[in-house]
Amino acid sequence: MTGPMLQITAPAAAMLQDGIDTDVIFPARFLLRMDKAGLGECLFADQRSKDSFPLDRPDRRPVQIIFAGDQFGCGSSREHAVWSLVDYGIRAVIAPGFGEIFANNAARNGLAAVRLCRAQVAMLARESAVGEVTIDLVAKTISTSGGTAIAFDIPEADRLALINGWDEIDVISDTYQHEINAFEARYRQLRPWLFKALERG
Amino acid sequence: MRAVARPKCQCPAARRRGRAQWPIVPVWILSDMNIARTLYEKLWDDHVIAERNDGTSLLYIDRHLAHEVSTPQSFEILKRRNRRVRRPDTHIAVPDHAVSTRSRSEKFGGPEARALIDRLYQNAALFDIPLIRLGDPRQGIVHVIGPELGFTLPGLTIACGDSHTATHGAFGALAFGIGASECATVMALQCLVQKRAQTMAVVIDGAAANWVSAKDIALSFIAAVGPGGASGFAVEYRGAAVAAMTMEARMTLCNMTIEAGARIGLVAPDQTTFAYIAGRPYAPKGEELDCAIRHWSTLASDEAARFDRTLHLDLNALIPFVSWGTSPSEAGPITGHVPRLDAAADENARQRLRRVCDYMDLTPGQPFETIAIDNVFIGSCTNGRIEDLRMAARIARGRKVADRVTAIVVPGSTAVRRQAEAEGLDRIFTDAGYEWRQPGCSMCVAINEDRLQPGQRCASTSNRNFEGRQGRGARTHLMSPAMAAAAAITGRLTDVRTLGVQP
Repeated sequence: MTGPMLQITAPAAAMLQDGIDTDVIFPARFLLRMDKAGLGECLFADQRSKDSFPLDRPDRRPVQIIFAGDQFGCGSSREHAVWSLVDYGIRAVIAPGFGEIFANNAARNGLAAVRLCRAQVAMLARESAVGEVTIDLVAKTISTSGGTAIAFDIPEADRLALINGWDEIDVISDTYQHEINAFEARYRQLRPWLFKALERG
Repeated sequence: MRAVARPKCQCPAARRRGRAQWPIVPVWILSDMNIARTLYEKLWDDHVIAERNDGTSLLYIDRHLAHEVSTPQSFEILKRRNRRVRRPDTHIAVPDHAVSTRSRSEKFGGPEARALIDRLYQNAALFDIPLIRLGDPRQGIVHVIGPELGFTLPGLTIACGDSHTATHGAFGALAFGIGASECATVMALQCLVQKRAQTMAVVIDGAAANWVSAKDIALSFIAAVGPGGASGFAVEYRGAAVAAMTMEARMTLCNMTIEAGARIGLVAPDQTTFAYIAGRPYAPKGEELDCAIRHWSTLASDEAARFDRTLHLDLNALIPFVSWGTSPSEAGPITGHVPRLDAAADENARQRLRRVCDYMDLTPGQPFETIAIDNVFIGSCTNGRIEDLRMAARIARGRKVADRVTAIVVPGSTAVRRQAEAEGLDRIFTDAGYEWRQPGCSMCVAINEDRLQPGQRCASTSNRNFEGRQGRGARTHLMSPAMAAAAAITGRLTDVRTLGVQP
């Protein structure tokens, strides 16, 4: 569960290459860590040693927004990728497209995965090389310090999760407990063999 | 006169037979039945608990596979909320990702991996979830043992905290990877909020030449559509070539679907599927199996069903594939070469090509067969099944792994390992100079000690060649088990067809 997020205004970093996968975001060897706290130190661990890594530019700290290329977060389902971004302080990633599982994980942890076309991402990244970027989840717009606001697209379910900061288990169980029970009872009647099979295993 | 035995099961097919003369069929049922649907749509419709007003649906989840790396935090979520697991018997907990493949002894694998495995054991006990321990004859990679145990069945929704969960789609199950938070939701509530995907048909026709396998088909598909080409789609693999495939081959094909951006890869269940399932521990038995098969037989896409997108792959022209870059889509036929800079579509593509070549230590235009390797990895949820090991063993038999090359075989499960040993495959591999390991994810994900050193280059039957995937600075070339075994012998990427081995 994370707190509500209506608007973010912060410096942004540009990592515009396509296909930054979850192995690059969070190298597998750190998956041995069981505790979520402190995972920010593993973020992009094998990239950070390189000179001028975008997140490490002293003049841009604290970066809370990343402009990225297509398919950001593709690959492994490891939620650690999202946790490490959030632990580092990143609140939003703006990209032409995301790995589907990454995008699902993001909204559940207070990380906005915002889609914009490649040209708009590149333009905003250029404009925000200095100054700050504002992401407004209520108005669904992104603006740079000097520039105009651009409307963006985000799945409504994800947007609501971000602005309400809700907890998925509580929301589903509060809203749908009856429907789940009814479905399961009907299903058990329809496919008794499916339920019996488990008793055998 | 004996009364006709009424079917015991309550499935609609059985009920319909029981009242065949019923004259009036309500119109809405007729129209419902007349809507042609794809396999994916049938699976989806069958599991919708509720439609939400934000474009998502609440989907009932039949089964969940819990491994040691993706679930500690899921169980934490349950503990913090003081929640129980709703239907404990619909889950199986098994360690696979971080386990040592050197020995099942607890001394191996290091304290952190051991702690993850112990935590899984504790959580399974605490929440009453069926547990398969290391050393259990049923242990193995989640996506290998689910099918082996008959836990994976057609028509089910299956979730797992692993992106290669699409593997189970080979059975006509709606199976997809989720994060740790969603694992907690499944355990607590037996459902997930999901958005309905678009549908993509990948029609595969033609006859595969010798040594062309499901892995080559998967790599060529991913290379054709790109890493995000199937994003937002549920892919169904269809066509005569798919119908002729074994379950192992279908699993390899579906497994890699995520590398094209789609979480779901499906094959319609058929006689091959039913024959594979019959007799497995969790599978329905006797009359129940008949009843299940009646239901499973209705799942295939209707002839008139429309897909949002259709793609055709012709196997006649396909030759063995290898990946050269740091995305599974960066792959080509073994007779080819690394793309030339002047072939890049635009400046972006040129930049990426330079960066990838720099990481992979390759030159644009370099022929694949000149690429020397240091390591060979045969295994993973993509290619760690018995057929895969047989394929590799046919190449390894009577030959030697090249001098500088370290080669390991990691069976996908204990059952695969035992089967291979019964067939003498372990001897073929060890005689050739391979190490014969215990089952686990191993060098596919490189969480355990099976990692490459920086700069080392591996011919790998796994599913990802991302930067650092097999260890920091490691270089991965994806290929089929036969191709990896061929590379082991020559010490470089090699067209397996040139070795003159009869398949």
